Amino acid sequence: MTPETLTQPALWPLSLIVFLPALVAAALSLPLIPRGREELIRWITLATTVVVFVLSLWMAWPSLFGAAGPAQFTVGEAGMQAVVKKPWIPAFGIDYLLGVDGFSMPLVVLTTFLSVLACAASWPITKHVKAYHVLFLLLETGMLGVFVSLDFFLFYVFWEVMLLPMYFLIGIWGGPRREYAAIKFFLYTLLGSVLMLIAVLMLYFTSDLRMLSPEQLTRAHAAIPAAAAAGQPVHTFNLLALAELGQLPNSPFAAARVWGLSVETWAFLLLLIGFVIKVPVVPVHTWLPDAHVEAPTPISMILAGVLLKLGGYGILRICYPICPGAGLALAWLVCGLGVVSMVYGAFAALAQKDFKRMVAYSSVSHMGYVMLGLGVWSAVAGSGFNPDYWAQGVNGAMFQMLAHGISSAGMFFMVGVLYDRVHHRNLEEFGGIFNRMPVYAGLAVAIFFAGLGLPGLCGFIGEVLVTLSSWNYSRVLAAVSAFTVILTAAYILWAIQRVYLGPEYKGPHGDHLTPMTGRELAIAAPLVFLAILFGVAPQLIFNYVTPTVNRQVQTLADWTRDVGTKSTPPVAGAAASGDLTFLGGETSAP
Amino acid sequence: MDLGEILTTSLTDTLGVSLPHFRVELALATTIVLVLLCRMLPVVRWLDSGLVALGGIAFALWYAWLDLRSLPGGPWPGAATGPAAVELFGGLLVFDSLTAFIRFLLCGFLVLYVVFTKVSGIPDREDGADFYTLVLGSSLGMCLMASANHLLMLFMAVEMASVPSYALAGLLKGRKASSEAALKYAVYGAGAAGIMLYGISLLAGVLGTCHLPSMAAELGRIVGEGADTGSIAVLALGGLMLAAGLAFKLSAVPFHFWCPDVFEGAAAEVGAFLSVASKAAAVALAVRVAFALGWLGDAAGATATGLADVRHFSAAVIGLMAAVTCTLGNLAAYGQTNMKRLLAYSTIAHAGYLLMGVAAAVAMLGVDPEGCRKAVTAVAFYLATYVFMNLAAFAIVAVLRNRLRSEEIASYAGLVQTNPGLVVATAAVLVSLIGLPPLAGFVSKFLVFSSLVDAITKGLERPLMLALLIVGGLNTVVSLFYYLRVLKVMTFDPPADGRVAAAAPVWLPGAYVTALVLPVVVLGVFWAGLYAVAQLAGTFAS
Repeated sequence: MTPETLTQPALWPLSLIVFLPALVAAALSLPLIPRGREELIRWITLATTVVVFVLSLWMAWPSLFGAAGPAQFTVGEAGMQAVVKKPWIPAFGIDYLLGVDGFSMPLVVLTTFLSVLACAASWPITKHVKAYHVLFLLLETGMLGVFVSLDFFLFYVFWEVMLLPMYFLIGIWGGPRREYAAIKFFLYTLLGSVLMLIAVLMLYFTSDLRMLSPEQLTRAHAAIPAAAAAGQPVHTFNLLALAELGQLPNSPFAAARVWGLSVETWAFLLLLIGFVIKVPVVPVHTWLPDAHVEAPTPISMILAGVLLKLGGYGILRICYPICPGAGLALAWLVCGLGVVSMVYGAFAALAQKDFKRMVAYSSVSHMGYVMLGLGVWSAVAGSGFNPDYWAQGVNGAMFQMLAHGISSAGMFFMVGVLYDRVHHRNLEEFGGIFNRMPVYAGLAVAIFFAGLGLPGLCGFIGEVLVTLSSWNYSRVLAAVSAFTVILTAAYILWAIQRVYLGPEYKGPHGDHLTPMTGRELAIAAPLVFLAILFGVAPQLIFNYVTPTVNRQVQTLADWTRDVGTKSTPPVAGAAASGDLTFLGGETSAP
Repeated sequence: MDLGEILTTSLTDTLGVSLPHFRVELALATTIVLVLLCRMLPVVRWLDSGLVALGGIAFALWYAWLDLRSLPGGPWPGAATGPAAVELFGGLLVFDSLTAFIRFLLCGFLVLYVVFTKVSGIPDREDGADFYTLVLGSSLGMCLMASANHLLMLFMAVEMASVPSYALAGLLKGRKASSEAALKYAVYGAGAAGIMLYGISLLAGVLGTCHLPSMAAELGRIVGEGADTGSIAVLALGGLMLAAGLAFKLSAVPFHFWCPDVFEGAAAEVGAFLSVASKAAAVALAVRVAFALGWLGDAAGATATGLADVRHFSAAVIGLMAAVTCTLGNLAAYGQTNMKRLLAYSTIAHAGYLLMGVAAAVAMLGVDPEGCRKAVTAVAFYLATYVFMNLAAFAIVAVLRNRLRSEEIASYAGLVQTNPGLVVATAAVLVSLIGLPPLAGFVSKFLVFSSLVDAITKGLERPLMLALLIVGGLNTVVSLFYYLRVLKVMTFDPPADGRVAAAAPVWLPGAYVTALVLPVVVLGVFWAGLYAVAQLAGTFAS
């Protein structure tokens, strides 16, 4: 063991979590396994995802594995943990910088967990089995890489690495309109990525590590290289250092201007577009129904369960800490987008005839809560810079992301189980499934109730926290988001009624409605179990999330008090304060 | 100074300074003679001309490597042995880090290229000597393009590179399309050469010299003193005409018309040569001319105030050309059904991205040396990765042509079922050409875009740089369509009737394509090493 490995205990565990799937994918793509041994490929892939899941669980939940090691995650600690840092491209100051905190750790575990389930759900795939699993594993590496990278360049690389596998997974193994859906997905995301790349470069060239104090540098795991020329700015891609710079009273991002707007505002907007395409938010959501409907069931699970969370994660990790000024000025935009998608998604779901499309639009609606929770910047609304409501909103948003990861993956899986049997998804032609498949219908209804946000199930906690927190920001938005719950109940209950209730199934292929297999049960049961568990014991998630959320919110609230409200808002005119009054009416004291 | 003294000086200059820095070109010239001799002398007729060429190029590569090693500031251990920059043959040529880098790149490309022609089987043994002579002669001209320091030398170098290319385009003698391509190329080439020569005569007439640094000094003086509108107009016209000649070599819009026709009509092997080598030399020449006319070095630069206007002018011309070239190339590629024609438009689009880097470099020239160096480094890096990407793309076209007897994209349908390995390689190459990580093409694009942003944040030529950034970003998205369409046909579409029989393994070509694709992948992740070498090329600007 080299000394470096000793000082960076998380180097191997974290790198393995990210790269093990890619390594196995590379090994699988070699012509080692003869044709006709598809079963072996499936088992190898499943074993890989299980190993990665166990590894991530080992990191996230040390007490499960005995004594906690230095590479493991300390629950309740707010800061960045298990940081790995290796120089990658010294000429650009790019590091192989990984780490986990309360934001990323739960999402990493969610990803590895859903990957296991999605891999198990891939058993019915019979076309090009090897290629499918290679791409699946590459996709897993991309997703995990995004959650753990702390270097913007690395983050971007992983972000893009996901695109191509996803394109092929939808395009080869998808439904009838798969080619259209695949290229649409790719195009939307690539457009967002290009905008993001521009923002990355803008931030990089405006940044200067020399502005940070030694403590801030240490906190950000950044260092000024010894070889740096005197008098020349030291640019950085380090996300933590960029956040420290963005929160400085003399933030370089707020000072530099391009076309009348600060770099901060540009970067926030460009990044926001890149991230909300992924979330997705109305009006850039149109790729989602197509991609979800055409993708095979396991890929829909991954899309809804993990990929949508990347957008929310990006906003939380990158947009707000690095561009607080623009975040403050544009809070109305983020909240407004959230509420619009919430309502639009719910109405659209209500109108769908295709079961899977309805679930897809429910995702748009549910992710709207995430946006609203992230954007609620109550601290400015005359509450004496009390960050409690905002913290509540962000906690709710984080919880909603994780809960939606479980409920939406479950819903897509449930639709897939039915589709595998009757080969149609027309809501009008279902009915009476309860009589034919009682176990399946019971589990499905439980998952759909979790999506509905029934108290006692996981969907409730996030929605209620977000709605409560938004009251203090804007009563109109709070009222609208509370009202959306009724719409959600309407489309889900109506769907349950049309599919599961009723006297008998009259649609096509009725004789294929066989009971759930053991494999399907093994996928559905954990999802239902977790949906109930997190509904009755939300602190299991909050223990991880809250310290980090509270710290970031507190930091940004302090920033708002000390810097944000003192300087002129980066957006020209009275956009910040004016729109708040417009949206929120009077403001209340805490 | 009497005649004897002049003779002695020029003799020592030629033998002591110039020729030692000219050995790469000498090696290439010797190889040409050897290839021709092999064909004429019955004793050595059994020798394969390709192998002779390969041996000679290996020598040239070795010399190019030594030249690169001798430069100060390289990323390798050991002290530098040579000077950073030196004028050769009385100022006709210049040897500096850009020369050394491009020559090394060209020789390295030639090695890969000759191996490629051996693997793909075009040219056959009969045509071998002609083919390699033409390729080597053209490459010799390209090496001179990379080091030209005098407008006459520039013209000769461009013609030396072009004339053999015309013949190469007509290599497939029996094919009508090939002959048509050769004729088109020659006519366009002659026209472009005429325009360029006219531009050179205009510039030389006003400035009184063809030696680039002397021209820059005179230019700075004339423009700085506020010359009459007539002279300025003549200078601008001359500059534009010179740019037109270079744009022809770069296949930049609006001088690109030859490119799709030639690529479609000529063999894929010729297309590979034209799209890679010719481009590298032309970009290097564009950088050199723009830099030499726009900047005199730190000491003299401060006095020649007029050069700021010259730089502004060249940045605008190059930037505009970059934006138009990139957009038109990508849009025109969208409708193509022939793979070689698609690659031709892809080549045009990439010339646009490369020119964006050049425009950023010119924008920062003299004002921000660090940023300028980085921009030149970005262009050099782009060229280096482009060698692998495009050569691999054409190699795949050639392999598939030998197998399917077709270069239509539609004939690639369902290839994934018979040749999955080749499809994976194609995917890597095309995705790298789109510019997605973790492949080399992404890094190149990242570097070029980062130079544009660098210039924007420093406020240099901001509107132009912003426009280029937006155009570049949008073009990346647009290019997705047509590159992915090829992959879509290969993977999503069902195979055409009776095509499954072509499933025999492709060992040798497969190994060759793999050898080219590996760097595309590896350089996308571990690019610090190549970047350090490219940085060496960037030092020429200081």
